[in-house]
Amino acid sequence: MRETAQRASGRNQMIEHHLDDDILSQYSAGTLTEGWSIAVASHLALCPACRSKVDMLDSLGGYFLEADDGRASDVSKSWEAVKARIDAGEVDNVVPLKVRSVPDRIYPEPLKRYIEAAGGLRWKRLGSGAAQMLIPTGDATTTVRLLKIPAGQPVPEHSHGGLELTLVLDGSFSDEVATFGRGDIEMADDNLTHQPKADLDKDCICLAVTDAPLRFKSRFMRLIQPLLGI
Amino acid sequence: MNIQIALRTGLRRDAYAKANVSLPPVGRRKVGNLEENSVNLDAERIVVLMSAISEKRDVGAFEILYRHFYPRVRSYMVRMTRGNRVLAEELAQETMMRVWNKASLFDGSKAQASTWIFTIARNQMIDSVRRGVRPTFDPNDPAFVPDEFEAADTKIEREQSAAALGQAMTTLKGNYAEVLRLSFFEGLTHSSIAEKLNIPIGTVKSRIRLACEKLRNALQDEIK
Repeated sequence: MRETAQRASGRNQMIEHHLDDDILSQYSAGTLTEGWSIAVASHLALCPACRSKVDMLDSLGGYFLEADDGRASDVSKSWEAVKARIDAGEVDNVVPLKVRSVPDRIYPEPLKRYIEAAGGLRWKRLGSGAAQMLIPTGDATTTVRLLKIPAGQPVPEHSHGGLELTLVLDGSFSDEVATFGRGDIEMADDNLTHQPKADLDKDCICLAVTDAPLRFKSRFMRLIQPLLGI
Repeated sequence: MNIQIALRTGLRRDAYAKANVSLPPVGRRKVGNLEENSVNLDAERIVVLMSAISEKRDVGAFEILYRHFYPRVRSYMVRMTRGNRVLAEELAQETMMRVWNKASLFDGSKAQASTWIFTIARNQMIDSVRRGVRPTFDPNDPAFVPDEFEAADTKIEREQSAAALGQAMTTLKGNYAEVLRLSFFEGLTHSSIAEKLNIPIGTVKSRIRLACEKLRNALQDEIK
């Protein structure tokens, strides 16, 4: 457990696989839906390099905000209204301190609060030792899930009907492209058919977000796919 | 520049409001190349106003800031609501109330005020217009991985890079500036941008990536 915490907080562990500007700019502009944003924000929690990219993109938002005042001049009426609210001593609701029921360092915010909202970690067996947990969100366009793949085990070979973001939270996996460790994120689209395999040293836990069902190569997997909900 | 001077300048706000023109700039930097006929505040002056607001709860300073930013936030909200002016005004007012209430959370060494206000407006927009949620990381989370090092002169860099960003944007080619504008200014998703410009989504993505790359390079050159 201590080793996990160390690895999890390991600052010297370099993240090699990042998000690209395409998806980061949508997160910054506010056009990315909730499901993808969970994976993006969870990667950002672990990746100072991508956070600095988002800072630059946010300043782009500031630049465009500055650029247009709508040629409007009648500010006084709205100011009077706001002034009255300030004089009345209106304050923001204070957000109470959160009780962290998942003290584990594996799951960063905002993912952790989604797991808590779902009632804590609840793994469902997928067969061959793998397990998953579906994460409920308000975003009907994506499916968000946690995946646990036993050390040394493969995920059945599949391609993607759409985009798949996979963020490694613990352990590591390798596929035809590269090896992915904690904090690394893989962006897979319909051009990629891959067979990810958890590395030997420990079980691999990932957050996976998809916008279309995976396409499995094996007929058996396609058959049981609806039962697994993947 | 100390706060006392700023507060004294703040007392001229009535004359300033009537004339509806910008005060003489305090410093030589300007935020981007903006049009002249609006209530324009210099970036450095905004910093001084922000600290008067957060530290002294100075309503006079906030009024000056309000006259600068409210029209801009309203304009943003008009675009995001696809022209619903009533809703846009309400959301702009809510955003500015949040600016007043959360002023103590503003950290001038981490972001420009315009950037910070943009993020508040954007979150308000997602909340109220999209009725969505915007998951964010939490720097106090034990799993959060902080920056390796914090440069001592980040603030100077930040101001330089804000000025440099405006500069870099003007040198960006039309095609590249346009995708960024449609994304941040019009709030279009990348697939909507592809439809609007009648180009493949792959082209939108690659233009966004190239534009960001060029901007980052320009900013790095500036800081060196």
